[in-house]
Amino acid sequence: MSRMITAAVALAALVLAAPLAADGLRGTGDLGIVVERASGSILIVDTSSRTALARVAGLGDLSHASAVFSRDQRYAYVFGRDGGLTKIDLLTAAIAKRVMQAGNAIGGAISDDGSLVAVSNYEPGGVRVFDADTLAQVADIPAPAVDGKGSKTVGLVDLPGRRFAYALYDAGEIWVADFSKGGGPAITRLAGVGKLPYDGNVTPDGRHYLAGLFGEDGVVHVDLWREPLTAERILDGYGRGEAPLPVYKMPHLEGWAAAGGVLLIPAVGRHELIAVDRSTFKEVGRVAAHGQPVFAVARPDGRHVWVNFAHPLNDTIDVVDVMSLKVVHRFRPGPAVLHMEFTPRGHEAWVSVRDSDLVRVYDARTFAEKGQISARKPSGIFFTVRATRIGQ
Amino acid sequence: MRPWWPSALALVAVAAQPAIAGGPTPDPAGLANLVRQDCGSCHGLTLKGGLGKPLTADRLRHWDRAQLIHIILDGVPGTPMPAWRPLLTEAEAAWIANALKTGTLP
Repeated sequence: MSRMITAAVALAALVLAAPLAADGLRGTGDLGIVVERASGSILIVDTSSRTALARVAGLGDLSHASAVFSRDQRYAYVFGRDGGLTKIDLLTAAIAKRVMQAGNAIGGAISDDGSLVAVSNYEPGGVRVFDADTLAQVADIPAPAVDGKGSKTVGLVDLPGRRFAYALYDAGEIWVADFSKGGGPAITRLAGVGKLPYDGNVTPDGRHYLAGLFGEDGVVHVDLWREPLTAERILDGYGRGEAPLPVYKMPHLEGWAAAGGVLLIPAVGRHELIAVDRSTFKEVGRVAAHGQPVFAVARPDGRHVWVNFAHPLNDTIDVVDVMSLKVVHRFRPGPAVLHMEFTPRGHEAWVSVRDSDLVRVYDARTFAEKGQISARKPSGIFFTVRATRIGQ
Repeated sequence: MRPWWPSALALVAVAAQPAIAGGPTPDPAGLANLVRQDCGSCHGLTLKGGLGKPLTADRLRHWDRAQLIHIILDGVPGTPMPAWRPLLTEAEAAWIANALKTGTLP
């Protein structure tokens, strides 16, 4: 997992700092990437020194982008808006492979054995799967057409056993693609799950897949341990018939809390989070929040959940205590807080503040600011520890 | 090419109102940032679309300015397109509609 960075490669990659050990070797467990959405570039960051090591450009349209990591945590796979799939070598700060795999994409996942990278597409819809080494296409899984176009897919995650789960936005379905047998995937298709699933995710144990619905008040739950798979509705009518507020940015289901057996889910069109019991999947409470939540990300120990918000209330972060289901700290990192990422065991949180062109680093317990990194219109922050986690 | 999104087209054809001039002068830099960065969450920074429709001048050629202003201010029911009336004036919506129609968004 360690490797020498040669001077030539370092120069070519526009290295901003060089925190190498005296022997020229380093590990990658404290590295990560920051997406610079407007310039089609990423920063490789070092979370120990709180510095940017290098910028890698030429990744296309990153207006919506996410990343997963190889099992050895050396390579990042970046999924761009324009269908670009780019494999980046974090040690040499160079593009190792890049393919344009579709016209418009939303995100991706890597299989538990690290061999397959799946991408969720808006155009032409469906999911395409690639060899993680070569980025050669392994499978194309079209989605049923709605209004003459393949359904967009969202909420693509890896599941244990070389499987992927995702939701079909236009078609209102959830699919599980099983690659465990080699060859083409075996598809399990759950139809009619609800209107406009906008995102989905799996609990950190890989057991429960949840998809949020935009077209109705409710969430779809699939218990992946119970065969045959069935989709059940939970939190039905959580809006209690009240007219939803306008939603100026889609919520994301990522980084759920699990402490005390509670998940916190953003309510759509409401300035609150819904607390759900992780064994019964019944509502156990609500958290009044500053605005429409976008991300609700649990500190790795699960005690606190950091929440950011949709435009125009997106300068603020609420910190929720899952024991009391109350906001225990509210602060303003600056205009357009887009994403939050914790260091692997949660001592610090990194926050992208798009319109300040900054990433701010906070102590996750005292909330004191410990550092800043200049970044161009930063959005997603992804640390290599994700390589070790199911559904990330 | 057949206009995309025909049901919404019928809806706005009935409801469209002419743009109302006046109000505070729009701030082009602020509006351009809003459209690229915040509208761009769904429509793409390059306006080529995402969860939301493409907003390039070519893809908007079947729409007139008044229809676009109406969609910006009042949203499209049954879709994630929200009403921006709580956040934008009619003059600002008109500036955005014009910039999109003419492909001149900074």
